[in-house]
Amino acid sequence: MKIPNFLRKSTVQFLLYSLAFYLVIYFLNQLNVLSGYPLLIIEISLIYVILATSLNLINGFTGQFSIGHMGFAAVGAYVSGTLTTLIWKLSIDQPIYQTLPLFVIALIVGGIAAALIGFLIGLPTLRLRGDYLAIVTLGFGEIIRTIINNIDYVGGPRGLLGIPQLSNFTLISIFTFLTLYVLRGIVFSSHGRAFISVREDEVASELVGIHTTKYKVLAFTIGAFFAGIAGGLLCHLIQIAHPTQFGFLPSFMVLVIVYLGGMGSLTGSVIAAFLLTILEKYLLPLGLQMLSAWTQPTFGFQVGVEWRMVIYALLLIIMMLFRPEGIMGMKEARFMIPEEH
Amino acid sequence: MLGIFFPSISVKGGDFVDLSTIFNFQQLVNGLQLGAIYALIALGYTMVYGIIRLINFAHGDFYMIGAYSIYFFGVYFLAGHTGIHPIFVFIMAVIISMAAGALIAVLANQIAYKPLRYRPRLSALITAVGVSMFLEYLFSSLPFIGPSYLAFPNDAVIPRTEYLLGGVHLNNYQIIDLGVAILLMAFLTWFVRGTMTGKAMRAVSLDKDASKLMGIDIEKIITITFLIGGAFAGVAGLLAGITYPRINPYMGILPGLKAFVAAVLGGIGIIPGAMLGAFLLGIAEVFATSFNSLLGEGIAFAILILVLIFRPQGLLGEKTAEKV
Repeated sequence: MKIPNFLRKSTVQFLLYSLAFYLVIYFLNQLNVLSGYPLLIIEISLIYVILATSLNLINGFTGQFSIGHMGFAAVGAYVSGTLTTLIWKLSIDQPIYQTLPLFVIALIVGGIAAALIGFLIGLPTLRLRGDYLAIVTLGFGEIIRTIINNIDYVGGPRGLLGIPQLSNFTLISIFTFLTLYVLRGIVFSSHGRAFISVREDEVASELVGIHTTKYKVLAFTIGAFFAGIAGGLLCHLIQIAHPTQFGFLPSFMVLVIVYLGGMGSLTGSVIAAFLLTILEKYLLPLGLQMLSAWTQPTFGFQVGVEWRMVIYALLLIIMMLFRPEGIMGMKEARFMIPEEH
Repeated sequence: MLGIFFPSISVKGGDFVDLSTIFNFQQLVNGLQLGAIYALIALGYTMVYGIIRLINFAHGDFYMIGAYSIYFFGVYFLAGHTGIHPIFVFIMAVIISMAAGALIAVLANQIAYKPLRYRPRLSALITAVGVSMFLEYLFSSLPFIGPSYLAFPNDAVIPRTEYLLGGVHLNNYQIIDLGVAILLMAFLTWFVRGTMTGKAMRAVSLDKDASKLMGIDIEKIITITFLIGGAFAGVAGLLAGITYPRINPYMGILPGLKAFVAAVLGGIGIIPGAMLGAFLLGIAEVFATSFNSLLGEGIAFAILILVLIFRPQGLLGEKTAEKV
């Protein structure tokens, strides 16, 4: 008898690990071990997991060099934020059975809007190769930011303020695990093989009958959809959507996560997302503070938090020079690989 | 002057926009001035791309470094040494900005790009993004520079004078920008066509392996390319500084991208193409900005997408068949 998909060993393993992760963090939070800032860092890490794995589908698996991923997140954030804040006027005081369905709908609408934009961006990739595409996606991110800056309804350069804090750890976890589940399903299906073949050799994959254009556009659309959802979750977590949140710098951070984790490894993206978010939000400010305690009396200058971006950039250069394949290379953890039929 | 070709049109019910306020000689001059700055950046982009097929994302930052070198020259040297002849001051500024841009470009090549020469092209591209971010954030983190705008000492470098010529406002900065750009472009054209090193550069961009067999030191040629490209970007930073006298560490991002668009428009890897594309882009941007500022910011990327869809080899490029 054929075993149904969701009962296969690796799927059960994946669900169990996800549940275990969720429960551990949940109870640590209940016991006040992780409340406040550490929990926020974990939540942001999870959102970065969505962003990085979806970018990995475009950059790592399909081999397209997109560097404006946060532009898609901006679309998702602004669309869902507009729906919940300006149109439905939800607030955190309303009962959860009223807000939750609307919030999920807003997130999905945001994701679909981002996917539409991703489809439009994907279309010129018919003609573009690696480096040209990079410039187009970068320019696209700038265009999105300029447009948002000029729409007064969503706050323009002030940003969209007063977004209700509807995201919570449970919801973010559910969306993250769903994203991982869907992406691992895509990557290891025959469609996933088509993505990888486009990356390996476009001409050859066309010759064996793979519709390369379709797969490139598909990668952009799927990646943008999840980025849109991540953007929606993010702006409902920190309660503001601001054009600078979605500029080149955050896009670059997602890019670093993907390359640090390893192009073409979802597991790597997950590990790198946690590693770099914790490094950025917690370890580096701490380290720079300690460094300042030494440089301030000795040289009279403070090593502020802004130096963390210098370290980030150096990290990327050093990694490309010495370990270009990233932490995981192209390997996956066992539970991220679905079994054969 | 061009206005006679464009009659007034009506937009939004009776609100007349006189198109001659947009397409006139004044804006054409402004466009040429912007195009001159883009051209100097675009030349470095296109030369580097022509030789090692790398989009050097950090190229806009060489331009930023050129501007900062003159900022420090103005603040720490010129402020204490008044009375030097203005032409001499300007020549010093040109040399310093070129040296600063060239130095950083050669260093970036030696440290970051050279070890990746025979790796996949994407590795070098990501490294280029890293170099660009490193330079920007290093400059914005250094306590004596900082992320905010600084006033460029343009009057100390060369005082501004205005001329009114037949209803068109001109200033000496426009003449200097265009003059320096044209002079350097003429030099580059002579260098690439008339010298042995230029011949070697053309050979390397045609076929790296064959030119190695002919005894050309490829690494030396690449270094010279970065040197010239960096010097041109540095002097573009000086010109941009005197023309638009506010500088910050991120000033190179957008001009860098637009110069790349200019290089693609003219045909990437082709030196006259970069010049043509840069002037066309500068003029298009000034015209679009005077129509609508939002349009002005987006037009470069719109042009890029249109060029890549309809004429991916650029205006002056030749179509090449794709080889497997």
